[in-house]
Amino acid sequence: MSNNTPPLEKVLVIGSGPIVIGQAAEFDYAGTQACKALREEGISVVLINSNPATIMTDTDIADHVYIEPLTVEVIERIIAKERPQGVLPTLGGQTGLNLAVALSDAGVLDRYNVRLLGTPLETIRKAEDREFFRNFLHDIGEPEPPNRTVNSIEEAREYCDEMGLPLVVRPAYTLGGTGGGIANTREQFEEIVSNGLALSPISQVLLERSLVGWKEIEYEVIRDGDDNCITVCNMENLDPMGAHTGDSIVVAPSQTLTDKEYQMLRTASLKIIRGLGIEGGCNIQMALRPHPRVAEALQAHWEPDSDYYIIEVNPRVSRSSALASKATGYPIARVSAKIAVGKRLHEIPNAVTGKTGAAFEPALDYCVVKIPRWPFDKFPNGDRQVTTQMKATGEVMTIDRSFEAALQKATRSLEIGNRTLLWEGAAAEGRKSGRDAEGLLEPNDLRLWAMMSALRRNTSADELLGKTYVDPWFISAMQRIVNMERRLLGETLTPDLLYRAKRLGFSDVQVGTLADMLPEQVRDLRHRWGLRPVYKMVDTCAAEFEAVTPYYYSTYEQENEAPPLPGQKAIVIGSGPIRIGQGIEFDYCSVHAAWALSAAGVSSVMINSNPETVSTDFDTSDRLYFEPLDEEAVRDIIDNETVDDVAPPSVVQFGGQTAINLSQALAHAGLPILGSSADAIDIASDRQRFEEFLSRLGIPQPPGASVASVSEALQVAQNIGYPVVVRPSYVLGGRAMEIVQNASELVRYLTVATEVTPERRVLVDHYMEGKECEVDAICDGEQVLIPGIMEHIERAGVHSGDSMAIYPGLNLTEQEVDTLVDYATRIGLAMGVRGLMNIQFVIQGGGAYRSPHSPTDESETTVYIIEVNPRGSRTVPFISKVTSVPVASIATRVMLGETLAGMGYSGGLWPRQKLAAIKAPVFSMSKLVGVDSYLGPEMKSTGEVMGIDRDFPGALSKALMAASLSLKRGDGVLLSIADQHKAEALSLIRQLLEADCKLYATEGTAAMIQATGMPATMVTKLLTESYPNVVDVINDGTVAAVVNTLSGDTSVMRDGYYIRRAAVDRRIPCFTSLDTARAAVEALLMQGGNYNIEQIDAYLQPAVED
Amino acid sequence: MATSDSESSVPAFLVLEDGSVHRGESMGARVEGHGEVVFNTSMTGYQEVLTDPSYAGQLVTLTYPLVGNYGINPQDYESAKIRVAGFVVREHCDEPSHGRSDRTLDEYLKSQGIPGICGVDTRAITRRLRERGVMMGLITTGSPEAAAAQLAEMPRYDDQDLVRTVTAEERYRWEGRPVSAQFEGVGGTFSAAPTAMPGERASEPQHRILVTDVGLKYNILRLLQQRGCEVIAVPAETSAEDMLAMNPSGILLSPGPGDPQLLDYVVSNVRQILGRVPVMGICLGHQLTARALGGSTYKMPFGHRGGNHPVQDLATGRVYITAQNHGFAVDPDTLPPGLEVSHINLNDQTVEGTRHRDMPLFTIQYHSEASPGPRDNEYIFDEFLDMVKEFNH
Repeated sequence: MSNNTPPLEKVLVIGSGPIVIGQAAEFDYAGTQACKALREEGISVVLINSNPATIMTDTDIADHVYIEPLTVEVIERIIAKERPQGVLPTLGGQTGLNLAVALSDAGVLDRYNVRLLGTPLETIRKAEDREFFRNFLHDIGEPEPPNRTVNSIEEAREYCDEMGLPLVVRPAYTLGGTGGGIANTREQFEEIVSNGLALSPISQVLLERSLVGWKEIEYEVIRDGDDNCITVCNMENLDPMGAHTGDSIVVAPSQTLTDKEYQMLRTASLKIIRGLGIEGGCNIQMALRPHPRVAEALQAHWEPDSDYYIIEVNPRVSRSSALASKATGYPIARVSAKIAVGKRLHEIPNAVTGKTGAAFEPALDYCVVKIPRWPFDKFPNGDRQVTTQMKATGEVMTIDRSFEAALQKATRSLEIGNRTLLWEGAAAEGRKSGRDAEGLLEPNDLRLWAMMSALRRNTSADELLGKTYVDPWFISAMQRIVNMERRLLGETLTPDLLYRAKRLGFSDVQVGTLADMLPEQVRDLRHRWGLRPVYKMVDTCAAEFEAVTPYYYSTYEQENEAPPLPGQKAIVIGSGPIRIGQGIEFDYCSVHAAWALSAAGVSSVMINSNPETVSTDFDTSDRLYFEPLDEEAVRDIIDNETVDDVAPPSVVQFGGQTAINLSQALAHAGLPILGSSADAIDIASDRQRFEEFLSRLGIPQPPGASVASVSEALQVAQNIGYPVVVRPSYVLGGRAMEIVQNASELVRYLTVATEVTPERRVLVDHYMEGKECEVDAICDGEQVLIPGIMEHIERAGVHSGDSMAIYPGLNLTEQEVDTLVDYATRIGLAMGVRGLMNIQFVIQGGGAYRSPHSPTDESETTVYIIEVNPRGSRTVPFISKVTSVPVASIATRVMLGETLAGMGYSGGLWPRQKLAAIKAPVFSMSKLVGVDSYLGPEMKSTGEVMGIDRDFPGALSKALMAASLSLKRGDGVLLSIADQHKAEALSLIRQLLEADCKLYATEGTAAMIQATGMPATMVTKLLTESYPNVVDVINDGTVAAVVNTLSGDTSVMRDGYYIRRAAVDRRIPCFTSLDTARAAVEALLMQGGNYNIEQIDAYLQPAVED
Repeated sequence: MATSDSESSVPAFLVLEDGSVHRGESMGARVEGHGEVVFNTSMTGYQEVLTDPSYAGQLVTLTYPLVGNYGINPQDYESAKIRVAGFVVREHCDEPSHGRSDRTLDEYLKSQGIPGICGVDTRAITRRLRERGVMMGLITTGSPEAAAAQLAEMPRYDDQDLVRTVTAEERYRWEGRPVSAQFEGVGGTFSAAPTAMPGERASEPQHRILVTDVGLKYNILRLLQQRGCEVIAVPAETSAEDMLAMNPSGILLSPGPGDPQLLDYVVSNVRQILGRVPVMGICLGHQLTARALGGSTYKMPFGHRGGNHPVQDLATGRVYITAQNHGFAVDPDTLPPGLEVSHINLNDQTVEGTRHRDMPLFTIQYHSEASPGPRDNEYIFDEFLDMVKEFNH
């Protein structure tokens, strides 16, 4: 640290906000590590993040925690209040960097004399701006992909003749690169270039040689203020250039590079980080000349002027660095944070070995495979093509001593049904989205399985390589897996054959399928033959030094390094990859469970497969197993931890549906479960048992039944009356849940959207359109503690994960609150819940939309139970934060046998806080082409934000602001309202006008508005008719928000699809529920621009009157 | 386990001095291999490791489990042949993937009669070596019991002068490959003015650098040649007189295998050149220099072998990631006056470099020539040449 700058006593850390595609849990992991690392240095940490479902926003992680919207205005207010000397934005993803630039541009950093730590502003700009970046590469003599700037189609053609196709076309100065693209054919080239020249205000396009098919290699590099540099890890993508690295299967370390190549790219990486002057971590992506057979297949008629090209630099901690940290054991975020405040690499201890320092490069003695987790099991209509826009919501990582085994374990970890590498459904699945076998070999989420399929059908490696450009080394490995499949099919299973199969990562399920046995029989055979996995340590140094981190992976080898932990212990089953419906909230719960166990003197043993998370950080639990969350892996670990035939109990309540689904298998295997029994869990999941259970308690639920056939379904629906809610039993995040209006829709649903068989039953329930509420509750067998009630803004029918939720249930009557508490208490006690449960209610009667702004009628209401989940839910972090009740921790202690009373808690509703807090969902729709964004019973959001304030208007407006759903006075708003909602929409329309909004409306809606004497401009829905149509007014910025509701009839849904999609692409709010739209306009009318900015603690204490 | 599914795998054993037997499968030549068992943590560079003369007399275990992925290519040899006594890996790749590869690892080992073993738990072996120190071992396809008995009878690594097994028989000039040196006059007298530099550096005089081959790696010669030097490698036994007679601008003492205590015949020559010619020592060359000036060396428990060791330059405080391969080290407490510790290893504080206060002399324990390993330390060759320039000025 230089001497002329003030010492750092207080630092502001910027979080990354809600989980969206491309920016997920890795930044909670990074931010949490950073906060801890800074505090170790005696620095007071101020943290801002709008995402409540994060460990980093726990009040004990930073000194001053702000859960507030991530805007320049808000951050300036925090800076003014806290007066930090430095701001560290490099742990908050692209959001953090963008905010750093914005804060600087707004003069905030200068005004308050705040230093930007980690990455210089100039560098952020260099890495972001293509032109700057190219100049930089040129200056330091590193190769950029060949390119030329052209100003006419003739010049463009000339370059094309010279270089050949494909070429990437980038028009100069168009918004978000509009008009660009990859030209693979001469026709495409002519079209894209002419179009690009026309769109560019200076008639200029950049033509860049496409490196599709080249090897894609990444390096994670760290530099300190003394210019000492190290590389933490390199990674090679199985999917070559052309697929976003976040959407690629990635292997660490590189597998096909010679030492000369490895060092050439390493040297280039160090040169780049030095040139950029980064103090901290940095990610560098490079393209390396492909294998000659790939080059031949690419038919590239150009001679590259370099063996490699620099593609991209992320001047910050990234998703890849989280992966690299977990792959090596080297805590990049922690070290980066220390460097940012002036530490040098060798002054930072290596926490893994406890002996060596951070100035070294990890040596791996295993192979790591990461596979992205895409959301296409939820969005079968989405475009499954993998391109340069990332689409995966999460990822899994596995470790083994062979690539084949790591790959197979990684596929098991994806938790897409029971889709192992044996899965042959890619062709059928692909056909649904219009892809033939050939098309499946292009980059898409099914490609891995399609490649395996092709090899099984004797497609030659060369042919496969010619279609995929995947390096022959990876294809050979897949071929070896196929060869083993054939042996398992054809030969008698012997100890040697089974051992070899296990060394290649075959699961008992796979071996069973191939050798015609039940998985359990394979397991028995395995044990009889003494074939059990051993566990090896991830120690950063390939065993060169003794290490102290308890971080293990399984493999089939000779020596086991993980003797059972002594003493009392419990297994925490994590939640696996982040996916829609099972997000970071469950990791939050798992982390708290581990901490609570350790605090109670019980060793915590974490199992998880997700490299992005805090739960898989090396110091979160007493022991970490990085393994798939399937029955085999979990039981093997339990066996490994069993002492004197006493198996440690498992905690299954925090890992979402992943963990709860394992409970039955564990119980069946006679393994103990902590907390609620498998039977209690079964009552809640089995429709019939659940119905009997509730009727015994005299608690109403919407009529319905579980059905095993189409005819049975029609019968049930007939009896209970349409509309009905239909969903498969045992589902996650409302997957494949729909509201069905009539018999023909029901038949379509049961035949097209899902299948119904006695094994795969479907639940048919009467749909009640009412006020939806939910509670999380802790039951110890004697009492039930309800920390708070959350009331949804959107009426029932919108998935609870996609609803805005208000604490503390401001718009409920006391009688309703009493009923909710009574029901929750009786259910918890009668079901035998020990630990957590989440209950969803619907209230019929009264207004479905209520707010303090719109007084409720006082009519009689009835509370129904929609569902009970005997586990932690996605609202646990939110409710914990707004009530300061440590829900997951208390629940864990209850599971260990403590009582609520013993911990000083009593039953019933926890005192309502004098605050309002709103959880709002955040979507990643702009990243998912072809996906419809309307809200329905199927969950679509990827993340959440929180608005908290002393009153409802402030909280609401902050929640909307953080979720990018705010309206402004005078905004243009486009309305397209379904007939059935038109009457109800009138009050919304009046409020919009009251807020000076200019209304645009589609034909029917405009007629309705005008008929009531209010002003609206008609805009046609017909895209080909006249100008401007609905899409035009969205694209040209005439409207700043869209309200579009759907009739229940799915056949007319396509009409509105273009409107919704245009809004999503333009990134303006698109309200598909009148309730959300009303909340947004009421926020505008009520709040008048005032909101508080406080540390989370300050809201929880009664406001000081002044 | 070989990555092929061949049914014809032959069981093999690695038997260690401590009595442990590690069962795997034979690869490479089906002969016995005997030597000191050591581990290397590099994740790439097996071809360079195999041909590094410093591994003579050793059975090398790679901690990285997947070996042979990119085959063997004609460019990446570090000496004329495989130098390890045997190779121990978790898995070797029979289907390498690289444009430059012209054969598999297995074929390469077979072609030179070097045995290997695969399918063993190399991490378990590494942990054993870490805890108990390096030890002698035998790779065999015969009975492990017999091997254990045999092992006791075989010569020990520490008793062998391995330099004699790897040094060049005759001096040679490096021109991208060894070229038999056509020297002027009897006894190899050289003209005082070496031939002029080609290309851009033509104006500068070309330095003639002698590299004493106690087990050198080609990359040292390559890097010196790239820097415009005339590079001549001389056998280990070349006398100081003969070396000086060649009129060198500088002498580089190369790395090499074995215990420096056994190399007094080299040490005495080194002693005579120090101070008279700028000298740089690498690895064994560093140890020989210390011994020449009266310092002593000792055997480390399991040495340093890999590409990730942090070394600090004590003068600047800067830290460099280095390639390492040594089982002996210089004892800092025995250094003679004038020879100062310039670099230390940050993992265990051992001596990584020395510099002489008065003489044109510095040495490093690590491998600035890398290959395999990080290229961060190539600048050391520039420092050497700066010293050469200054001395000859």
